[in-house]
Amino acid sequence: MATTIAKAAEDATAVTYAARVEHVSKSFPAPGTPGGRQRVLDDIRLDVAPGEFVTLLGASGCGKSTLLNLVAALDQPSTGTIATDGRPALMFQEHALFPWLTAGKNIELALKLSGAAKPERRAEAERLLELVRLQDAHRKRVHELSGGMRQRVALARAPAQDSRLLLMDEPFAALDAITRDVLHDELTRIWSETGLSVLFVTHNVRETVRLAQRVVLLSSRPGRIAREWTVGIPQPRRIEDSAVAEVSVEITEELRGEIRRHGQH
Amino acid sequence: MASTDTGVDTEKDGSTAAEQNRDAYGLVGLEAGLDALDSVQSGRTQLRETLIRKVLPPVTAVALVLIVWQLLVWANVAPDYKLPAPSDVWGEVSDARVQGTLLDYIWTSVSRGLLGFLLALAVGTPLGLLVARVAFVRAAIGPILSGLQSLPSVAWVPPAVIWLGLNDKMMYAVILLGAVPSIANGLVAGIDQIPPLFLRAGRTMGATGLRGAWHIVMPGALPGYLAGLKQGWAFSWRSLMAAEIIASSPDLGVGMGQLLENERNNSSMPQVFLAIFLILLVGIAIDLLIFSPLKRWVLRSRGLLATR
Repeated sequence: MATTIAKAAEDATAVTYAARVEHVSKSFPAPGTPGGRQRVLDDIRLDVAPGEFVTLLGASGCGKSTLLNLVAALDQPSTGTIATDGRPALMFQEHALFPWLTAGKNIELALKLSGAAKPERRAEAERLLELVRLQDAHRKRVHELSGGMRQRVALARAPAQDSRLLLMDEPFAALDAITRDVLHDELTRIWSETGLSVLFVTHNVRETVRLAQRVVLLSSRPGRIAREWTVGIPQPRRIEDSAVAEVSVEITEELRGEIRRHGQH
Repeated sequence: MASTDTGVDTEKDGSTAAEQNRDAYGLVGLEAGLDALDSVQSGRTQLRETLIRKVLPPVTAVALVLIVWQLLVWANVAPDYKLPAPSDVWGEVSDARVQGTLLDYIWTSVSRGLLGFLLALAVGTPLGLLVARVAFVRAAIGPILSGLQSLPSVAWVPPAVIWLGLNDKMMYAVILLGAVPSIANGLVAGIDQIPPLFLRAGRTMGATGLRGAWHIVMPGALPGYLAGLKQGWAFSWRSLMAAEIIASSPDLGVGMGQLLENERNNSSMPQVFLAIFLILLVGIAIDLLIFSPLKRWVLRSRGLLATR
């Protein structure tokens, strides 16, 4: 059995990174108590190596989306520092494609905003659509695409932003199971073809084990890194593989343990 | 189980033999199938259906109004210097057409109205963008701008005459004061309704400042902006008619408002009716020829137009 479950050793020798999160905490004003602060993230330390696929796993309210927003520089940490290799691309649960543009123009806009010259944009957009096997969708409006196709266009838009790091905030949560399964295959394929680093947020343990090289489990309130696993199952994996199931069982147990702690006080 | 994926059997043809090539070929076929099953089919409506659904009802309504009008005339509910027959009004149309003055009246007013509207567009758009995107500006003049919308622009005619005199400048001033608040408010409303997700996506793509305004904010706000433009045109037209009726001078070309006022002085009721109909018709025509097609195009291209 190729499966290895081990606590990831902290790689102190790495000097290059796609993202480096150091001692990051984040507090928001607590509702109800004037002047009070609610700590959402507490002393998070996380490195994403170039080309690495990391998933952030946690129950609701563990601050995993907050952490992703911080890495995307949409918000500032209360303490600590975050460094990324270039501006990361961000993918959401909703596709976030602009409905006033065609699929192709959506990608071309991302290229334009990252400084690509006009003659290249059209060809590059076509190449990226081909990457997600949607070469015929160039002129299609967003509303003419299915949910899965929209997320594939969004997936193709991410490399167009000229970033080495793709942040994904539960991007497949709103899709049906069959489409999600296909998109897992696509994401794995594109990740290995492009060499992008991926930081993927989810609460779905099976999805985590299907995709990740490294799984980071966050505890809730405040979000702290509870445990890490390295998933050694070779890609391509299937969500129904027994090895995936086996690892999922262990991680699920740990996740449930984290959730139970909140019921005890 | 935390997993939501269990128990779903995905259809992968030949999954037993596909151990080595489990990806490429099967995935392509699977994706093609999913795409075909999920894609939205959108078609245009037939011409005949359009005629029955869109043209017939208003034509019926107009015919009914004409019939009732004619019946009232036949029943002699009012003397004919108060209520002229439809045929008398139509007679005025052909008279004015023979004299070639009808198009002059219309052109004088429409050219004023459209030019004034374009000026209002040039002023109202940056103003709306500022109010929507700069918190201080919004707090400072947002309420005033909303309040100005409810101020009838006729109120501006007397001061405009004193400040600018009886000329075209005064007309444009009144149109601007009437239309700018509508256009600016429409844009503000449109910007407020942009899903925050688009703004976040735009920011992660590097669309900030003016680039963000051009690529994300303006196109995102377009439906609300168009509604503001439509209302802005209505206000332009109303303001202009008010100005033309109140401020008449031989120096000013005769527009439709002046026509109405002149014929009231002449106690020529068919001509007064004619002027009112023309004013109404121009308003409807501009809306039907410019704003409705624009709005339909925007909504259709975004998939927001319900086909039924």
